[in-house]
Amino acid sequence: MTERLHDLHSDRADRADEVLAGGRGTVIVSSMASDSHTWNLVYLELLVGELGFDVVNLGACAPDELLEYECLSRRPVMLVLSSVNGHGYQDGLRVIQRLRGCRPLRRMPVVLGGKLGTGGALTQEQTGQLLLAGFDAVFDDQQGSGSFRRFAAALPSPAGVLPMPAEGAGA
Amino acid sequence: MSFEEFVARSHAAGALVVQPRMGFGDPTAMRAGLAATRSARAVTVGTLTLDSYTRVRDTASAEHALRNGLPLNGYPIVNHPPEVTRGMLAGLMDADFPVQVRHGSARPADIFRAMIAAGLHATEGGPVSYCLPYSRTPLDEAVRNWAFCTDLLLAAEPEGGRPHVETFGGCMMGQLCPPSELVALSVLEALFFYRRGLRSISVSYAQQTNMEQDQEAVSALRGLCAELLPEATWHVVIYAYMGLFPRTEVGALSLLAGAAELAVTTGSERLIVKTTAEAHRIPTVAENVAALEHAHLAARATIHRATVAADNQVYREAAALVDAVLNCHEDLGRALVIAFKRGLLDVPFCLHPDNAGQARSFLDAEGRLGWSELGSLPLRGVVEQRRQAALTSSTLMSALSHVQSTHDALAFGDHETVAIGGQA
Ligand code: B12
Repeated sequence: MTERLHDLHSDRADRADEVLAGGRGTVIVSSMASDSHTWNLVYLELLVGELGFDVVNLGACAPDELLEYECLSRRPVMLVLSSVNGHGYQDGLRVIQRLRGCRPLRRMPVVLGGKLGTGGALTQEQTGQLLLAGFDAVFDDQQGSGSFRRFAAALPSPAGVLPMPAEGAGA
Repeated sequence: MSFEEFVARSHAAGALVVQPRMGFGDPTAMRAGLAATRSARAVTVGTLTLDSYTRVRDTASAEHALRNGLPLNGYPIVNHPPEVTRGMLAGLMDADFPVQVRHGSARPADIFRAMIAAGLHATEGGPVSYCLPYSRTPLDEAVRNWAFCTDLLLAAEPEGGRPHVETFGGCMMGQLCPPSELVALSVLEALFFYRRGLRSISVSYAQQTNMEQDQEAVSALRGLCAELLPEATWHVVIYAYMGLFPRTEVGALSLLAGAAELAVTTGSERLIVKTTAEAHRIPTVAENVAALEHAHLAARATIHRATVAADNQVYREAAALVDAVLNCHEDLGRALVIAFKRGLLDVPFCLHPDNAGQARSFLDAEGRLGWSELGSLPLRGVVEQRRQAALTSSTLMSALSHVQSTHDALAFGDHETVAIGGQA
């Protein structure tokens, strides 16, 4: 819905336009490879948009490569991953290891939420493993949107992340 | 006796066939689930629901889960060798207990091969309904895959009777799609199978938001199938609500009973149930059995039949959609692809890249689904478009949770309550 016209990899002038346009920067909302549910994504796209961000919604069954590519080329201020099919724990671990293994994405805020296990909420240990593997926050289905809103509100403004060398090694 | 014969015989005897959506990664658990389905106090058929990795052809991740004891959301039929699946079914699947494979794959060739190798010949799907809600696979590729797999199944020539396929077109995204488009898609997918030579078909319709509108929809579905599938044996399968489910036990059971009532009042032959765990997590075997038995009792308690006009509003819209698609191309597979490209078919809220995304739906005061934006749907003059205020996260949530809250209210009264089941 709010797909950017030009990508954030372009020069500083473009980025300045972006800030002047009043946006809080781009957030990518996405599924992971095994999950085809999209009502969660439609909802999150609207919610994140209402918080003042530009949203790029990658849709169902996003392959790991696509996630990495989109994050590298758009440099979002946050990646919001959603999983409700019960494979969120396994898929989340795989994806975050890959993204954190990619140097320029090491400090990109990445959160995961939804119905993450097949047996209801994850155990504390499982949530801990996801955080340890590199997620900045994990939101359980029962939690409601309050804690996520607070997390998003605390993100540095896009101006704060502007001085990034073109090749992105500064992250 | 085959799937179709079992359903026909049960219907003739006055019983609604009930069926779970059930799948576990481990063959022993899967077998226990089928055994419990078979011995439930209801007229049942069994289900093998496949896991999400298998659906997207990621056998490596399914393997990883099996090896590390991570739970899967279904049975990985491609990973388990055919002997294992045959052994899992041995002594359970027979003339009195047919088993159907339900998957949700736009690239199902390996699934079909594994299924056939294990002696299974009843399944579910469709070129559109197993693509748009289940993948980012291009629609024209899904159409080719489904044509190929239909041929595979027909070539298998099973001993126990003709192969059977059920359309998933009557469900699509599960919620907020006006019934006429669900009916049209279910009929078009049935016709797709029919034209490739399949003669044993079931057409689905998922319970939506208003009983009368749903009854009109099933009547429309029957009318169109009678016109378009003259030489097939077909029956109607109702799905208990496929959207956001009530969170309370009382609410979930009330909604399920409504689905059974819809099935019986419309003369439908089969019902796929949902459980009290639906809103929370994958249901246990016991929860599935309880749902089957509850639906059976609710069906038996329903004696009246619906009276709806054959030429009702849902029928008129569905017929216009079907006609427009058939006029796109003589090859129905091509026609479906062209129709989506032109927006003649356009599923509200579907993010798939091949869906136009111009059409929008809304819920009216009686809980009927209507069109707020027609986009390029060929329905001008057939139905009025009633524009709504711009969508926000909270208006979306309230449309999505209309059914949930209506039924949960039965449990809540006026009190603040705690959801059950989520903390299991
Ligand atoms: C609609 C639906 C479908 C549709 C989806 C169509 C589509 N493309 O979107 C269809 C019918 C196709 C479908 C298919 C399947 N489904 Co389904 N589906 C549902 C259903 C009924 C409603 C989902 C919904 O509409 N949600 C609306 C959105 C807005 O809410 P939400 O997804 O619950 O997300 C909320 C929170 O979790 C949170 N949230 C989500 N993500 C994030 C991320 C962040 C960062 C934050 C902060 C919050 C957050 O925000 C949302 C609003 O509160 C649910 C059960 C239910 N809830 O009633 C099952 C359900 C999600 N499905 C399930 C499953 C397993 C499947 C299948 C794998 C089939 C199967 N084995 O049963 C396939 C999916 C195939 C695949 N490759 O993944 C399970 C998941 C079980 C689990 N997690 O343990 C559920 C719970 C049903 C069940 N009890 O078995 N499904």
